[in-house]
Amino acid sequence: MNPTQDIDPKLFSILKSVPDPEIPVLSIFDLGVVRSAKLLENNRVKVEITPTYSGCPAMDVIGDDVKKALQENGYQPEVKLILSPAWTTDWMTEEGKQALKEYGIAPPESAEADKKALLGNEQIIPCPQCESTKTKLVSQFSSTACKAMFKCQDCEETFDYFKCLI
Amino acid sequence: MTNENLIQYIYSIADNSLILGQRLGELCGHGPTLETDIALTNIALDLLGQTRSYYQYVGELSKEDLTEDDVAFLRNEREYKNVLIVEQPNTDFAYVIARQYFFDVYHFLLLEKLMESKNVNLQAIAKKSMKEVAYHKRFSGDWLKRLGDGTEESHQKMQQAVNDLWVYTDELFHMNEDDKVVAKAGFGVDNTELKETYYNEVEALLKKATIEIPSTPYFQKGGKKGIHTEHMGYILADMQYMQRTFPDMKW
Ligand SMILES: [Zn+2]
Repeated sequence: MNPTQDIDPKLFSILKSVPDPEIPVLSIFDLGVVRSAKLLENNRVKVEITPTYSGCPAMDVIGDDVKKALQENGYQPEVKLILSPAWTTDWMTEEGKQALKEYGIAPPESAEADKKALLGNEQIIPCPQCESTKTKLVSQFSSTACKAMFKCQDCEETFDYFKCLI
Repeated sequence: MTNENLIQYIYSIADNSLILGQRLGELCGHGPTLETDIALTNIALDLLGQTRSYYQYVGELSKEDLTEDDVAFLRNEREYKNVLIVEQPNTDFAYVIARQYFFDVYHFLLLEKLMESKNVNLQAIAKKSMKEVAYHKRFSGDWLKRLGDGTEESHQKMQQAVNDLWVYTDELFHMNEDDKVVAKAGFGVDNTELKETYYNEVEALLKKATIEIPSTPYFQKGGKKGIHTEHMGYILADMQYMQRTFPDMKW
């Protein structure tokens, strides 16, 4: 599914420059949490963001960072948190997935593969270090609610996997 | 249906998540292994996040300009409408898992229906929460099976926890007056309709876990009317301490 984002092209590069506070290699734009950004009269900007998980502690920081970035570019931002439609990993851009992998976090797989890996303990999720799919689920929850923990049985590294949320 | 009916209905859903979230929060740093510790606190965080969304909506509905903090921290015991099972203590890991699983299965079925609510706010919160609760249920169900079908000791402890908490399951399907009014208006869920599916699912998993299905001559109830077990006062004392000591304090 394509992201149903509604973002004014003039604001695109600014939003792309705001990193996710917990995974700084990923911009909040690539994460897909910015749902809309509209340019109004007198340099006013209205931005809508949506949380990845209900209890995501990064949302307040993300809101503040978006405001700050827009203010530094001469805009008067207003940031609103919306819940609907609910965020899905499908909104993460390809660029974002690549950045995650390079950072050492396995990006979300398709919903079907995700289910097999997390429920059926099938060896599907490739290790972001050595690409081996001989990997084993250690825990369905990891350093944050949005990740699960895996261990690679070839290089023996443990790694985070960004869980699929659809 | 009045706004007050709706507010009370939201309490009966959100207070479950708040109190269970608080209970799970107590385990932070005390889980049996690092992975389970992190998982339980992650679940707590999801539940508290969901609670915030519900309470913020209560704030919009209330005439008194209530904030989410007012709602969470400044009510008295009788004003909390959570079911009794979520306030039961973290006796041991088997209790934590049984309590979680019994609640998760119900929570999942409830949200599935709440996603069809005629109220757009409740619908949005339910759709968001549903995705998270699916993971909770997997976690608690997996552990219940692992412990039940594990060693002699883990089996015995799991059976004990299931026996002791079983009496709190029936209350999940009770409807207080506000629940009935809100369900009738198409905003809320008729919990009685979830009961059969619930017990089918739970009993099937218990069987897989080699746990005997308990029988009980009576079930505990009261939480939905604000009548709680002796544990509730202690939870609130701990949870409300900062707001009661330093009124209006902010993070
Ligand atoms: Zn590897």
